[in-house]
Amino acid sequence: MALIEINNLVKNYVNGEVTTPVLRGLNFKIEKGEFVSIMGPSGSGKSTLMHILSFLDKLTTGTYLFEGSDVSNFTDDHLADMRSRRVGFIFQAFNLLPRTTVLENVMLPLVYTSMGAKAREASAVAALNAVGLSHRLNYQPNQLSGGEKQRVAIARALVGEPAVIFADEPTGNLDSKSGLQVMKILQDLNNEGHTIILVTHEKYTADHGKRILRIKDGEIVADEIVKNRQMADGATELNK
Amino acid sequence: MRLIEQIHSVWHVIGRNKIRSFLTMLGIIIGVMAVIIVISVGGGAQSLILNQVKSMGSNLVGVLPGKSDEKGPPASAMGIVITTLKNDDIEEIQKQIPEITAASGYVKGVVTITGGDQSTDSNFTGVSADYVNVEDADVGSGRFFNNEEDRAASRVVVLGTTVAEELFGGDDPLGRQVKIKKTMFTVIGVMKKRGTAGMQNQDNQVFVPLITAQKLLLGINHVSYARFKVDEADKVDSAMKQMEIVLRAQHEIEDPENDDFTVRSMAQGLEAITTITNALKMFLAAIAAIALVVGGVGIMNIMLAAVEERTREIGLRKAVGAKNRDITSQFLTESIMITFCGGIIGVALGILVSFVIAKVAQGYDYDWDFVISIPAIIVGCGISIGIGLIFGISPANRASKLDPIEALRYE
Repeated sequence: MALIEINNLVKNYVNGEVTTPVLRGLNFKIEKGEFVSIMGPSGSGKSTLMHILSFLDKLTTGTYLFEGSDVSNFTDDHLADMRSRRVGFIFQAFNLLPRTTVLENVMLPLVYTSMGAKAREASAVAALNAVGLSHRLNYQPNQLSGGEKQRVAIARALVGEPAVIFADEPTGNLDSKSGLQVMKILQDLNNEGHTIILVTHEKYTADHGKRILRIKDGEIVADEIVKNRQMADGATELNK
Repeated sequence: MRLIEQIHSVWHVIGRNKIRSFLTMLGIIIGVMAVIIVISVGGGAQSLILNQVKSMGSNLVGVLPGKSDEKGPPASAMGIVITTLKNDDIEEIQKQIPEITAASGYVKGVVTITGGDQSTDSNFTGVSADYVNVEDADVGSGRFFNNEEDRAASRVVVLGTTVAEELFGGDDPLGRQVKIKKTMFTVIGVMKKRGTAGMQNQDNQVFVPLITAQKLLLGINHVSYARFKVDEADKVDSAMKQMEIVLRAQHEIEDPENDDFTVRSMAQGLEAITTITNALKMFLAAIAAIALVVGGVGIMNIMLAAVEERTREIGLRKAVGAKNRDITSQFLTESIMITFCGGIIGVALGILVSFVIAKVAQGYDYDWDFVISIPAIIVGCGISIGIGLIFGISPANRASKLDPIEALRYE
């Protein structure tokens, strides 16, 4: 059973009487443990695809099987549950809550689960450990560098032990060194078995994944294995 | 459990914007404070009046000239002069009804009194010698006049302490002469200090014999009203009935419809006063409550701004798994906590101000109770929570309906 299985996925935006097709019949599978880059120019529909895959948006026609169950007829509450339990998000703009500590930011997804307060804190500390920020627990986002902010966001994505982590242009707001650090963490997480879906418009960033889905005008134009994979190992030095 | 956590996190948000939160609360604080003060001060003023009336004794019966219905005020209270009640009516009642232990007619006026080297404006009251028994009044020094002096229209006067002080300073006024309306009177006594009662200084008046006041000072032969003391409180009702019969015989009235007098007990008076002051209190509290509505609109305004300001936060919370109702309850908790805190502060300030007012009033010798009504506090807090709920629900709903994708992109 594939982690994600998309059959003939169509997404239209309807505005009054004008129907704009965004995704025109996509088919693909993503297995557990993959590192897939969804790549395409702006307006190609890659963000919409990510929103549907991550339960933020609903498809128009077609089927979306996640861990074997058909997501198309889930209720809003059920989709919210899926977001809190099965997926993690990393955004281009970090989206950390201002004037709220790093620890509390990382605990946020767990607030909407039934987990107890003690267990939440323990999970958040563990996730921050995994991104090398255990010394910043009580800092606030405005006291952190861009790279550190994105690492907090990665910890927040990790904390619920999701089946898949979605990263939407995670290096878009970072300088190249910090960007490399973030990609290094994503590659390490993938090596530990996490499934990662990266959305980007840059070939260089996309090449850090193992497989690229190229999208153009709402269609998949190529589904290929990355031949010369970029390894972010150089970033280990920058960690010092 | 979850609620406590939510309150904790909302408290954090409120604390972040201390000044804004406080200004938002201000409307509620002022509103709740006003309601508490109005109810408390109203209760104090009510107690003042009731204490006054009670101090005169519950077995007092008053007779007023002119007919009035049960609840309404008598005609004389509206400044209409009715001359039907005479001295012999009072004597007849006292003679025929054994339960009446003391009785006095009253006439009143304002005069300038000259004595020593000073003069002062004062109220004078013409009463029978029985006055001291009717109202349990005490003479401080000297004596009150007696029946003989009353019947003889003697020119004697008993001063209130304020008048005595203003005319004679520290000197002993007993035996001195004072001039009232071109007539010389001999001071035979000074009343004991009584303080302020019935909204006027009881010590700024002088007592002269009833007939002296009628003949020499006013030139009339009727009384403004009369008061009777019944020997026991539970005989008041039967005494009142007998008084009506005596008065009808005196005035040759056959049909009670044509009564030209009103007999009222203190208990009835108390009831009437309580009804009026309660209505007044509620009316003022309702006006004060308008401030609460204004405060509520302020809350709504701020909450709408907060939803706008925190659009990205809402988007993020939804993206990481918050359901619509989680967002609704977050913002609703916030608005309710703001109004509830405002309510608590308002109650505290209201109690404080009421306490100060009561202390000041007591400092002026008013018989003023510091009244704190527990229902008023509960209602104040309850209303503030209700306002948070009513005015918070629309912003909270707006927040919960935001599309997470749009919200995350919001700049």
